[in-house]
Amino acid sequence: MKLVIGIVRPEKANDVLEALYRAEVRGLSLSRVQGHGGELDRVETYRGTTVQMGLSEKVRFEIAVSDEFVEPTITALCEGGRTDDVGDGKIFVLPLERVVRIRTGETDHAAVTPVDKARTALARPPASTTP
Amino acid sequence: MSIDLGIFAQASPIDTGDTAWMLAATALVLMMTPALGLFYAGLVRSRNTLNTFMMCVAAIAVATVTWAAIGYSFAFDGENDLIGGFGHAFLNDVTFEPRDGSTIPHLLFFAFQATFCIITTALISGAVVERMRFGAFLAFSALWSVLVYSVLAHWAFGGGWLFERGTLDFAGGVPVEMGSGFSALAAALVIGTRKDYGRQALLPHNAVYVLLGAGLLWFGWFGFNGGSGFNTGANSVLAFTNTLLTPAASLLVWFVLDAIRGRRVTAIGAATAIIVGCVLITPAGGYVSPGWALALGALGALPCYAVVALRPRTRVDETLDVLAVHGIAGFVGILFIGFVAEVGWNGLSDGLFYGNAGQLLDQVLAALAAPAYAFGATYVLLRLLGLVMPLRATDHDQAIGMDVTQHGEEAYVTGEGAILVFPDGDGVDEVAGDGRGARGTPVADPA
Repeated sequence: MKLVIGIVRPEKANDVLEALYRAEVRGLSLSRVQGHGGELDRVETYRGTTVQMGLSEKVRFEIAVSDEFVEPTITALCEGGRTDDVGDGKIFVLPLERVVRIRTGETDHAAVTPVDKARTALARPPASTTP
Repeated sequence: MSIDLGIFAQASPIDTGDTAWMLAATALVLMMTPALGLFYAGLVRSRNTLNTFMMCVAAIAVATVTWAAIGYSFAFDGENDLIGGFGHAFLNDVTFEPRDGSTIPHLLFFAFQATFCIITTALISGAVVERMRFGAFLAFSALWSVLVYSVLAHWAFGGGWLFERGTLDFAGGVPVEMGSGFSALAAALVIGTRKDYGRQALLPHNAVYVLLGAGLLWFGWFGFNGGSGFNTGANSVLAFTNTLLTPAASLLVWFVLDAIRGRRVTAIGAATAIIVGCVLITPAGGYVSPGWALALGALGALPCYAVVALRPRTRVDETLDVLAVHGIAGFVGILFIGFVAEVGWNGLSDGLFYGNAGQLLDQVLAALAAPAYAFGATYVLLRLLGLVMPLRATDHDQAIGMDVTQHGEEAYVTGEGAILVFPDGDGVDEVAGDGRGARGTPVADPA
């Protein structure tokens, strides 16, 4: 299990969501953050005050995935977030020690597997019992 | 203009009561343009707030100057059928002497009419927000206010062919409402859709601005309609009161339609209904009875609601529905006069229901000619303008937002990470706030 953190441009957030959806990655958190990654600063003027905006708005995706979903997630973040200009963002992949789904108490792999997937997986093999 | 010129062939004296009211009414109408800016700004995404508002502010700047230079003259000089002359260019001969048939100083008449030209120009911006370059909008405003607005104003108010026929248009169904609505459709078609139109939900970012803007517009509209008799007489009082009645009826009907369609009454729908009602009564204000004004608000809301509901399903990104709210409502209002005008209330003419079918014909002509000219002229104007300058912001600029890319400002700036630059622009050696560079690497690294 890994935690994939992707920091992307806010205007590309929708494209990233679409790409993740296509890659069948479900379950994510999203927050607005401010950051700086080497892009050129914007200069803004408010009456006599000219300022250089050192921080840019970014959107931070946090996605906990099972190991086989790490690569599709990274690919989706890159595809959806790329504009080829400086400031497209970064992806960090971290090891994940433990995951608990609050509603059911499921842990780890079961907890990062989306509910509908787990259901269909359970429904298909007729007599497979889970401990 | 509602005054029959024949009655007052002699120059009439200035009436202090009329003048006092028209001074106030002019200020009320001018306020409508910033109110429109607020209304529009609430309807766009937060990154385009200032640009949207600034288009309305720009209309005040540009249209006032073009109106004084030549627009007023094209609209109100001479009795030519299609367009006025140059007699009043640069306010030539616009003095304290009243215009023929009015009882207020000519200069005040000019100022009142100027505020109409301003808001009409600002209205069109609703069709092109979130994507039209600010510079291109300035150029467009200058040309449109003279070549389209002044012509339509001449037709309806200034002695042009509709005016001479006896078409009734109290406060601007022809130049203001149909003029802006159908020009907006043309502008949306030429400028094209926003980058994300049809792919993403592009939602209003502040519904309170929208309601506040609509409320202020309604308030200003009492000057707009109530002042369009240019006096404090019966027609003005009728128009003033009808400006209360019609939008209220539109609001109630809109509530019902919202409830039927979505099972809930919406706030942005209510704000829209207020504007629809005000527009419906704009041409009819001083000509129809209060009872018919209520009916107009109720009936007229139906086609406008239909266009508001259906337009987003098309590929036409007429973003803030100027066509539905102004074009269609103005069209309905102009036609409605032809049915229900009543001499008993307006002192001028009856409509079809009171035995005068001819009035309806005059109204139909206006309802056909004004949209055709507004749409056609605006379409050609923007196509030509597009040959000399780019009209659209690039996709990249739209993605970052028009506030930052067009104006170098943000509406909701936090100040976090803002580094003070000296006025000459070469120093980042002063750092705002706590003296640290706001980014990870030191800003004023001496190395």
